[in-house]
Amino acid sequence: MSIEVESLEKRFGSAHAVQGVSFEVPAGSLMALLGPSGGGKSTVLRMIAGLEIPDAGTVRIDGGDVTKLPARARGIGFCFQHYAPFRHMTAWDNVAFGLKIRHRPKAEIAARVDELLELVRLTGFASRYPSQLSGGQRQRMALARALAVEPRVLLLDEPFGALDAQVRKELRTWLRELHEKVAVTTVLVTHDQEEAMEVADRIAVIREGRLEQVGTPAECYNHPASEFVLTFLGPATRIGGTWVRPHDLALTREARPGSRPGKLVRIVRLGFETRVELLLDDGADTWVQLAGRAFDDLHLDIGDRAHVSADRARDFSAVPTASHALASEGPNGAAEASR
Amino acid sequence: MSLTIPGPGADAAPGPQHIGHSSKLRVAGKVPGPALAATYLSLLVLLPVAALFSKAFDGGSSAFWNAITEPETFSALKLTLVSSLIVVVVNSAAGTMIAWLLVRDARFATNRVIGWLVDLPFAMPTVVAGIVLISVYGANSPFGINVTYTRLAVVIAIAFVTLPFSVRSVQPVLAALDTDTEEAAASLGASPWTTFWRITLPALAPAILTGAGLAFARACGEYGSVSLFSGDLPFKTEVASVRIFGLIESDSVPAAAAVSLALFAISIVVLSIFGLLRRRLLPVEADA
Amino acid sequence: MTKWVLRLLGAGYVTFLVGIPVGAVIWRALSPGIASAFDQISTSASLHALGLTLESAAIAVAFNTVFGVGVALILARHRFPGASIVELLVDLPLSLSPIVIGLALTLFYSSREGWIGGWLNARGISVIFAFPGIVLAGAFVSLPYVVREVLPVLQEIGTDSERAAETLGAGPFTVFFRITLPAIRWGLAYGVLLTTARILGEYGAMSVVSGNVVGETQTFTQFVSADFTNYDSAGAYAGALVLGMLSVLILAALSLTRRRGEKQQ
Repeated sequence: MSIEVESLEKRFGSAHAVQGVSFEVPAGSLMALLGPSGGGKSTVLRMIAGLEIPDAGTVRIDGGDVTKLPARARGIGFCFQHYAPFRHMTAWDNVAFGLKIRHRPKAEIAARVDELLELVRLTGFASRYPSQLSGGQRQRMALARALAVEPRVLLLDEPFGALDAQVRKELRTWLRELHEKVAVTTVLVTHDQEEAMEVADRIAVIREGRLEQVGTPAECYNHPASEFVLTFLGPATRIGGTWVRPHDLALTREARPGSRPGKLVRIVRLGFETRVELLLDDGADTWVQLAGRAFDDLHLDIGDRAHVSADRARDFSAVPTASHALASEGPNGAAEASR
Repeated sequence: MSLTIPGPGADAAPGPQHIGHSSKLRVAGKVPGPALAATYLSLLVLLPVAALFSKAFDGGSSAFWNAITEPETFSALKLTLVSSLIVVVVNSAAGTMIAWLLVRDARFATNRVIGWLVDLPFAMPTVVAGIVLISVYGANSPFGINVTYTRLAVVIAIAFVTLPFSVRSVQPVLAALDTDTEEAAASLGASPWTTFWRITLPALAPAILTGAGLAFARACGEYGSVSLFSGDLPFKTEVASVRIFGLIESDSVPAAAAVSLALFAISIVVLSIFGLLRRRLLPVEADA
Repeated sequence: MTKWVLRLLGAGYVTFLVGIPVGAVIWRALSPGIASAFDQISTSASLHALGLTLESAAIAVAFNTVFGVGVALILARHRFPGASIVELLVDLPLSLSPIVIGLALTLFYSSREGWIGGWLNARGISVIFAFPGIVLAGAFVSLPYVVREVLPVLQEIGTDSERAAETLGAGPFTVFFRITLPAIRWGLAYGVLLTTARILGEYGAMSVVSGNVVGETQTFTQFVSADFTNYDSAGAYAGALVLGMLSVLILAALSLTRRRGEKQQ
């Protein structure tokens, strides 16, 4: 069940929340809508869901135009950041809700609910109320509830945003596994680029209501369509006026051909990696990201002099300041930028 | 500002709470707080009510029982109970509907006016309420509807004065309700009616019950408006409060006290039932 | 479609139950002319009743405000055995018929048989059928409102700001007047308005307690009622209008306070 959105527009009062957004989600894939908070990605998701109606543009699910259909007629599943649990019902009843209102036979409902609870690993919690479940459990229940009615597409609005960092990471992995198992076309909204990179088949970067780039995580990371995508998706710093990834830089005591000298200003040890900030002799600030052990072996400290080499770094000099997709608005623009 | 000085007469509140504890008692201590409050409460409420209690059993429990079962009194008590329950049911439904209009139907132009009208009976003296109702539904009614001296008048008067409770206890809860769950229900295929009935209403039920409790207590005790509007016909439209007043006027004070107590007991029983029902809905409220 | 049914039902209910009756009274009070209406309520009986009501109300409101804030503070900040009894007693007036309230006060304060009535009478203090009784009745019926409005606000805002002020060196008075009071001001205002509305409108308890002597212990609501039962409808309607206008004023103040209070959240 593929999804196509074309030239979506949405205003809230004087705020232009979504402008000319178009992209496709191939059937069975997982697309992440990634971008800073307030950038319009939730609005796009809600327009796909039918919880908002676009001012202009179309939404197609599986080829059929659903733009003006209300949410309940689109055959979608939706999960909210704060889970939206039906508090007065048990977990079991929550999951069964969609089936009950479709008046399916009791035996069928029971079988399906049990199956889903097992899928999300909540079998023993069926008779608990949402208030008796942890945040992660509530979200898994919400997912089971959404999947119960066999939706054509699954839409997740910052599903892990309200959870602890550790739980978030676990659920991320779990979601990816679930997707492999169930293979429903899924769109996930997130502002966490690590999450998008880890979980999604394709990423659509949305900022200030506009689509910056659509592509696989690797494409977006290594061939960003704009400076924004470059700096948002991963760490970035400047050497000699061009952008590089800090983890592509080499740090040495002695000079090397093409290296730049500087002084260590700050050292941040994160255990698995170390970040070293330097003030280069040409006056620029930069930083280098290296494995913790690698840095220790250098025996460098604050105030010491060292050299930074970018010879093995990917060249981002061709990255435009603003995305092509914005320069040439329209469906072609999106296709171009994803090259 | 030492952290370790326990406040005077502090109960065993551990650690940092001591600061708050001792200084709060000192704030209250600018007038010797708790003691004065207790005195005020006693002189105003506790002791007079105790006096009422005592008077009710002045002639022993047999006198108490006789006073309550006296035919005119019993009829009044029954009328009060039945009318109040009817009104509570009707106003709970109407109140929820009106709260919905005020909260969800923001574009309905007359909402402002409806809001004012809903509050009016609360701010209005009960005699004025009585006069107001009589002027339209009484002897000189412009519509030709005259319900004075009927039991309907009792119901209308009570509905009038308790409407604000039914609306205003639901309204803020409805306003604060997250629309997420309603959207979730819609995404699962529920029609607006199904969503209201299965999702919104259960979430509102505790607030509706609270309003019903307040309304019932008020309804039971209502005097001014009911008295004026219903005509106070014994055995027909005389409510408990009117009967008590009559007993006081005719100097049957122990009987008046007895009936007062009975009325109060009825109130308490019904309120407890509502409270119990509300506690049954607890899974909804006990949210982290 | 259902939307319009809903609108019709809801608006219709309110219109027929409240709107039309209120409109009718306004019309009847003013139809003999404003001057005439004014005359009706400026008789000495009427003015005295109005003055009595306002005076007794002012005292009762003042007492209940101080008490209300104090009790709310105590209940919000401390756990003590008997806290639930206090809450029960404070809420009691809501479950008692005003007639019953009047009776209870009489049984305690009446100089004839009241528990301390005789003792007070011997010292020249009359409560029942006199001004103090009217004040007490007003205070009793309106007791819960300030507490009920202020307590949840206190519980919600917690003690963090107050503790912070203390660590900065503020003493208890400063903390109360500069931190606590401003924080509860809209809830307090709302509670005071409710209290005032309740007292001004009280009739049942007054009927028992006040003796209803025209020009001496007759409250304004009793005045209106007396006029009505004496078929002096012009006077009654005019008086009703005055009370009604007072109600509207209070209402306006209430909704303003409510909106300000919500904005503060």
